[in-house]
Amino acid sequence: MDKKLSKEEVSKLAKLARLKLSDQELEKYANELSSIFEYIELLNKVDVGNLKPTHQVSGLKNVMRDDEIIDYGYDVKTLMDNVKSSKDGYIKVKRMIG
Amino acid sequence: MSWPTIEEMVKKFNSGEVTAEENVLKSFELIEKGNKYNAIISVNKDAAIKLAKEIDQKKKDGKKLGRLAGVPYIAKDNFLTLDLNTTAASNMLKDYKANYESTTTKLLNQEDAIMVAKANLDAFAHGTSTENSDFFTTFNPIDVEYVAGGSSGGSASSVALDMAPFALGSDTGGSIRLPASFCGIVGYKPTYGAVSRSGVVAMASSLDTIGVLTKNVADAALVQEIITKVDPLDSTTVEIKDGNFSELNSGKKYKVGILKEHMEGELDPNIKAGVLDTVEKLKAAGHAVEEVSIKDLPLALAVYYIVCPAEVASNLSRYDGIRYGHASEESKDLEDFYLNSRSEGFGAEAKRRIMIGTHVLSSGYFDAYYNKAQTVRTQLINQFNDAFSNYDFLIGPTSPSTAFKVGEKSKDPLAMYLMDILTVAINLVGIPAISIPIGESNKMPFGLQVMAKQKDDHELFRFSKEIEGLNG
Repeated sequence: MDKKLSKEEVSKLAKLARLKLSDQELEKYANELSSIFEYIELLNKVDVGNLKPTHQVSGLKNVMRDDEIIDYGYDVKTLMDNVKSSKDGYIKVKRMIG
Repeated sequence: MSWPTIEEMVKKFNSGEVTAEENVLKSFELIEKGNKYNAIISVNKDAAIKLAKEIDQKKKDGKKLGRLAGVPYIAKDNFLTLDLNTTAASNMLKDYKANYESTTTKLLNQEDAIMVAKANLDAFAHGTSTENSDFFTTFNPIDVEYVAGGSSGGSASSVALDMAPFALGSDTGGSIRLPASFCGIVGYKPTYGAVSRSGVVAMASSLDTIGVLTKNVADAALVQEIITKVDPLDSTTVEIKDGNFSELNSGKKYKVGILKEHMEGELDPNIKAGVLDTVEKLKAAGHAVEEVSIKDLPLALAVYYIVCPAEVASNLSRYDGIRYGHASEESKDLEDFYLNSRSEGFGAEAKRRIMIGTHVLSSGYFDAYYNKAQTVRTQLINQFNDAFSNYDFLIGPTSPSTAFKVGEKSKDPLAMYLMDILTVAINLVGIPAISIPIGESNKMPFGLQVMAKQKDDHELFRFSKEIEGLNG
């Protein structure tokens, strides 16, 4: 696998991640990410046989609880305090369909 | 102006020798005095004094008070608290006011501890020096030209400067242990899931743990005992049966493995000598210490820098500027609003990790990077389990060097990432670990890292107490 990332690839990544980057930033990240991926290549040489990946280490499985309403005391007004744009108690966003 | 142990402080409070208000005022005085170290983001002045007065009044009225009555503490600013803003040291959350209290601070407050301030960190806890804070860099309490370590650098520096007897931190790849080592204090990272993550700004969910930074092992054990609890708000919390950590008497003779891979490579010779000196003292005290190899330890950092950014990219996707967080002012449509809000709100390191994570999770690379890394993680877990079938504890240095100078590594992200080389494996495997100060190299402190198997936190505290005594 080629680990060098081009400016175009970084630009595509930024788009996927909803980030807007300047030309200078694209250049900088292309270099930095390339050296990081070069380091990560270490793993390519490792033989893991038939082992399975580990996604969590707690050993827990399907933690269930009763399906009941618990009042944690949150109220809508204080939750809305962090919303920058709202109207009549609703969150207001920009138009989605042209 | 330093503090007695927390146990002693509570005794003094209960006997009437000192009031909660006096404790809190002393904290504020020391916070003010240490202003130039940039450890603190916000001070909880009025609310803390009001709370202290209430606690003092309760005592006068003969009411029963908690186990931390009148003890001031500092929370890393990624803990959601109803007092003060919760910024995660990021422009994204600069004005964010939490609507609920983190489980950990709630448990401390229930024991009548008092939060006096919130500490600086690398923004969203991404870093090893606090130089990635979007606000300012925290300096080392021993020498202001050096970093305090990170990401819990503000917590470490503030405790070393006696601003409070303990501070909360979070540890995803070394963020409690590394700054503790750099600042010459104790830093504890528990078993994964021992402490609730509810109400802590998420970084990498399969690695994030909540712990404490203190001046001594007994204080860490006491605080950790109080915050270790299964929480219905965090379904990854696990039960730690042997939970009375503050009972520290042992007398047992342990079998200890010194990690071969952590004593090789680029390691400050003074640190190496310090660790070996402790080994000799442990042997003299009757413990068996021998070298043990965990073959794939040198791969841990590469695994970490795939798994961690992947989880970071996922967790940070929630920041869209709509429900909370930075919202861009000028945007032509919704897509443009997302792009602008995120690009203005995230700093350089958050962007870097989001892009690494997005890359390793994208189709075509997923198997080669992400799945491969998680499989090597399984291999590491197996190798650690093998080692723990022969040894009670594993030891080594916490960091390959002492604190570096401010600016020395900030231009080279890989060099910065390499500072975590001795700490990240512990998070991948989910075991508890502690950094205990054992010496100095050119006047800067360094710590010994001690690791135990999952859920063996109590025994780890007992052994740590003994190590602390060796150098005392």
